[in-house]
Amino acid sequence: MTVYWLCFILFLVGLYGVITRRNLIKIAISLSVMEFSCFLFLALIGYTEGGVAPIVDTADPVKTYVDPLPQAMVLTAIVIGLATTAMLMAVIIRIYRKYGTFDIREIKNLRG
Amino acid sequence: MKGMTVIVKKTTQLIAGIIFLYGIYIILHGHLTPGGGFAGGVIVAGSFILLILAYGSDFLNLVKEERGSTMYENLAILVFLFLGLTGMIAGAGIFFANWLPHGTPGELVSAGFLPLYNIFVGIEVAASILTIFLALVIFKEEVLK
Amino acid sequence: MMNPLIPLFVAVPLAGAFLTIILGRFITAIPRYMALAVLLFLAFISFWSLVTGGDGSSVYTLGGWEPVEGVPIGLYLIHDGFSALLLCLISLVGLLSVTYSVSYMARYTSENYFYSLFCLMIAGMNGVVLSGDIFNIYVFLEISAISSYALVAFGVEKNELEATLKYQVLGVVASFMILFAIGFIYWSAKTLNIADIRTVFSADYDNSHYLLIQILLLTGFGLKAAIIPFHAWLPDAHSSAPSPISAMLSGVLIKAVGIYVIIRLFFNMFEVTEGMSIVITTLGALSMAVGVFLAIGQWDIKRLLAYHSISQMGYVVMSVGIGMILMARGIRSEVAALAITGGIFHMLNHAAFKGLLFLNAGAIEYSVGTRDLREMGGLAKGMPVTSATSLAASLSISGIPPFNGFFSKLIIIVAAVMGRFYFLALLAVIVSIITLASFMKFQRYAFYNVEPGKIRNDIKEVPVPMLLSMITLAVVCLLLSLLALPGLRETVLSPATDILMDQLKYSSQITGM
Repeated sequence: MTVYWLCFILFLVGLYGVITRRNLIKIAISLSVMEFSCFLFLALIGYTEGGVAPIVDTADPVKTYVDPLPQAMVLTAIVIGLATTAMLMAVIIRIYRKYGTFDIREIKNLRG
Repeated sequence: MKGMTVIVKKTTQLIAGIIFLYGIYIILHGHLTPGGGFAGGVIVAGSFILLILAYGSDFLNLVKEERGSTMYENLAILVFLFLGLTGMIAGAGIFFANWLPHGTPGELVSAGFLPLYNIFVGIEVAASILTIFLALVIFKEEVLK
Repeated sequence: MMNPLIPLFVAVPLAGAFLTIILGRFITAIPRYMALAVLLFLAFISFWSLVTGGDGSSVYTLGGWEPVEGVPIGLYLIHDGFSALLLCLISLVGLLSVTYSVSYMARYTSENYFYSLFCLMIAGMNGVVLSGDIFNIYVFLEISAISSYALVAFGVEKNELEATLKYQVLGVVASFMILFAIGFIYWSAKTLNIADIRTVFSADYDNSHYLLIQILLLTGFGLKAAIIPFHAWLPDAHSSAPSPISAMLSGVLIKAVGIYVIIRLFFNMFEVTEGMSIVITTLGALSMAVGVFLAIGQWDIKRLLAYHSISQMGYVVMSVGIGMILMARGIRSEVAALAITGGIFHMLNHAAFKGLLFLNAGAIEYSVGTRDLREMGGLAKGMPVTSATSLAASLSISGIPPFNGFFSKLIIIVAAVMGRFYFLALLAVIVSIITLASFMKFQRYAFYNVEPGKIRNDIKEVPVPMLLSMITLAVVCLLLSLLALPGLRETVLSPATDILMDQLKYSSQITGM
């Protein structure tokens, strides 16, 4: 049970980082922390005590397997996370080029 | 972008090919072992990225390579969709129908369409990760200029 | 029977998106015609499916994986009354936005990327609307969200980048909340199919994860739909995007990936509980009231319209919430049906008039070169078509008959009164009046107010494709009011209400029980 709580705490650590950090790169890193806490949680759900990779072995059919569906979900979510992070990084580099800073306090054209 | 020292270059020269082959192995055995198109594609892209980082490349070359990898990415995904659409025609109107013979489980050529899907996902992932890398490097070069 | 057109809703725009990039490299004119062709095809098949589908729904199993002993194991695409309406909406507004972009985007560079991302966004939204599986909803939601991040930043200037950064950070946080909730759902139900989750949850009603899952999903999709405590990104993102994209974001995207999913999940996946429905109604009423007060002080046209989007979405959420409360109490189910119908009807109407208003704002920006209301005035002479269509849209959003907004607001208010929610009915009337005031300001400052010394004679009307899509949307605004007629309402809106109201209809079509 503790590991599930640790996932949740990691999620909150990432959220705290997103809310409090002022540097864009650090915000991106905090988002990644949140992302990986989700992945860890999904991978833990599929874990079975003493399970092996779910490849059917005809010689020994009574083996315990781990649940493959959360693993497929994690893999898909990693692909999506890759795209999101790449997009965020591209935007951050562009912002650095226009504003000359990573500090979000300086980036405040839009108001109201 | 500048290259690195001669030690890095020589090591890269030795291992880049092995990394590439390992990626191909993972892709081809995707339907038999853990791994598959995505994992193998990332490894293949890793070998290319290693080469670019070690040997460096000038700006125009990077732009040219980015255009090429974008092309491969789009073509791979189109072929993937086309393979899915063949199921509509041959498999009684079912998208992604696996209508090829399934073969013996455990052999390399088996499981119908799955190895083909894995190969094209592998190309797609390798090309798109390379594209992302090149695009970010190009952005960086533009900022530094 | 499986409708073989269903997977094409996702496959065709995806193929269009990637073909656009390849062919656009050789022939520069191809991207726009490709996008037009894709959207025309989608509009055709979506209306065809709506007309031929009737009130029956069709289930499509990808890869032909049939349920085993009533437990669904494959991926399902479900085309029922509610998703059919959304599909028509997406393809209609998308088609008109692409028509508009043909002239509007000519002044931007890299047009082929624009059309490619546009098709990708359409594919994502169609996927969200069709998917019968909660993880696939997440995947398609991310496809549409990532392409919309890129589209908001398409101008690559200071404001666009800042807006897309806000949008993206909040959107990513929302996605992770949804992913976390999906993890919890899989943990407690051991399935991802919406209908199957329903059967598992209704057997085990006091599940301890139940409330946490509901709150995480409401927060996540509420952030995507910009309901009021989560609205911070919307005015920036919707006002900084290119105008056809603003029309798509405000008109369709927040509905398809936000409101639609909330309604779908809270009716068809969870049991309707009174506590959660009161929360949803309160959030709706709050965003309805606060959105309009934030809107009234704006001078930037697109920001004003963006805040009105929040307010109008509040109407939809509140009305659906009233229906949920009545359903949870198990009383007056015909009033509940009326409230839900009103909400869905207002959602359709909002897509038409808000899309039109954003296209008008884009036309003004195109000709005048500013978005500030204080720098305009007397544009009615130079731009008669834009002026007339925006008048139609303004009357429609403020609820003046015979335009569509009047009928849907009428249904919502009547349902609120019949359900004895007198305060909410009064609030809806007041918000409608303030909306009218706000749009009178828009009309006066933009089109009629002629100050001496500021008269501009150099203003020209925009090119024909832009006019064409604006006029079409204005006609759609008028035609949609016909849906309030008794005969049409039963055939078009009732299937959507039925699938939400009937507790068993949705899950029985998949599990086959």
